[in-house]
Amino acid sequence: MPDKHLSTQFDSELSAVSTRVMELGGLVESQIRQAIYALSQFSVEAANEVTATETRVNAMEVDIDRELSSIIARRQPTARDLRLLIAISKTTANLERVGDEADKMARMVRSIIDSGSPRSLPALELRVAADMASGLLRKALDAFARLDTAAAVSILKEDDQIDQEFNGFVRKLITYMMEDPRMISPSLDLLFLAKAIERIGDHAKNIAEFIIYVVKGADIRHTSMEEIESVLK
Amino acid sequence: MTTALATPETTKISVKDLNFFYGKFHALKGINLEIPENKVTAFIGPSGCGKSTLLRVFNRMFELYPEQRAQGQVLLDGEDVLTSKEDVALLRAKVGMVFQKPTPFPMSIFDNIAFGVKLFESLNTSDMEERVEWALRKAALWGEVKDKLGQSGSSLSGGQQQRLCIARGIAIKPEVLLLDEPCSALDPISTAKVEELITELKRDYTVVIVTHNMQQAARCSDYTAYMYLGDLIEFGSTEQIFFKPTRKETEDYITGRFG
Repeated sequence: MPDKHLSTQFDSELSAVSTRVMELGGLVESQIRQAIYALSQFSVEAANEVTATETRVNAMEVDIDRELSSIIARRQPTARDLRLLIAISKTTANLERVGDEADKMARMVRSIIDSGSPRSLPALELRVAADMASGLLRKALDAFARLDTAAAVSILKEDDQIDQEFNGFVRKLITYMMEDPRMISPSLDLLFLAKAIERIGDHAKNIAEFIIYVVKGADIRHTSMEEIESVLK
Repeated sequence: MTTALATPETTKISVKDLNFFYGKFHALKGINLEIPENKVTAFIGPSGCGKSTLLRVFNRMFELYPEQRAQGQVLLDGEDVLTSKEDVALLRAKVGMVFQKPTPFPMSIFDNIAFGVKLFESLNTSDMEERVEWALRKAALWGEVKDKLGQSGSSLSGGQQQRLCIARGIAIKPEVLLLDEPCSALDPISTAKVEELITELKRDYTVVIVTHNMQQAARCSDYTAYMYLGDLIEFGSTEQIFFKPTRKETEDYITGRFG
C-alpha cells in the first residue's frame, strides 16, 4: 500500500495480515520443495516432514481468517482495502489447499515406496512439472506482495504449460500400465501425485487472478485472455 | 467536467452548470448532476465541500440570506427552480427538507404535522386526523405516539423527534425530500430506524441525503456523489463508488486516506 490511511493502526493491521499471508506462502513453498525432494530421492523422512508441516499451515490459515474478520468488523473497509482483504482471504484458502496437495504428494511417495518398485516408474520425469509449479507459486506470491499485474498475467499464461506437462505425463503412464499390469497400482499413485502438482499450478493461477482483482477491481475468473488484457489496458 | 448521468432512471432534478457564491466565496463550481426519481442519492465529502450548500439550492433555502447567490440551472421536472415565478413556499412544499438537528415546532405532536398541511390544504377534522396518522405511519412513528398525540413534540426522544420532522415533511406530500445530516445527532438504534425509513420513502419520493457518515451512504443510497472543495468529483451507483471508484480522490476519501 503506497499511501497511508488517516488511521495508522488500520495501516499496521493491513500490513500485518499481508505479512502473515506471505509467511504462510513461504511455509507452503517449503512444503512443496520438501515433497519434490521426497519424490526425487524416494525419502520417507522428507515425506513425513511434509505431512508434519500440515498442522502449522492449518493453524496459520485459521489465524489469518480471524485477523481478517476482526479488521472487517472494526474498520468496514471499502474499495481497494475491501478488495485486498477479500483477495487475502481467498489467497489464504488457496495456499492451504496447496499445502494439502503437498501432503498428498508426500502420501503418494510413501505409497510408491511401500509398493517396493519405485525405481521402475518414470517418477523423475515429474520433476520438471513439479519445479514449474513450485516456481509459479513463488512468482504468484512475489507478484501479490508487489501487486504486480504484469507478472500476474504471465503466471496465467505459464499455468497452461504445466497443464500440457501433465497431459503428456498421463499418456506416458498409460503405456507403462499397458506394458506391465503389476505397475498399475504404483502408477495410479504416481498419477495422483502428478495431479497434485497440476493443482498447485492452478492455485498459483488463482492467486494471480486475485492480484488483478485487487488492483483493477475486475473479476477475471473464467474469462478469456483477450478479456483479461482489455481489463489491464 | 462532463455531466454525471444516472441513466437509465428518470431524472427528477437536473443540475446544469451550477455555481454558488457566499458573497465572494465560490462554494460550488460548475456542478452538473442528474438526480434520479424514486431513488436515494447521497452527497458525501469532507466538511466545507459544498454538499449541504447544493442541497439548500434545490429548494432555494439559501435565499433567506441576502449575500448568497446561485448561477446556473436546477431543473425540477424540467422547470428551473432558480428562475421560476412560482411561490417559494410552493416549491418548498414540493421539495421538503429535514435538518441535522430535530426541529419540532413548540406545539403538540398532532399540530406539528397538521400545521404545514393547513397552509396548503383545507381538510376537515377527520381527513386531517387521517393525514396525520398516515404521515406518522409512513415515518414509522405511529406506534410510539398514537396514545399521546396531544403531548408536546419536544417531549419525544431525539430519534422520535427526527422521525416527527420527517413525518411533518411528508405530510404535505412533497415530491422530493432533502435530508441534511438527518442522523448526526441520533443514537445507532434511532439511526437504523431513520435509515430503514429512507429506504421505505423512496418508493414514493425522490430522496437526497447529505451525510458525513460514509457507511450510512453505503447502506441506504442508490447513487452517491463525492464532492470536494466545491467540485463534484465523482457520481455513480453507490456500489460502484464504494467498491471500485474511478477517481483516486474518491478512493482516498472513502478508504480513509484523505489527509
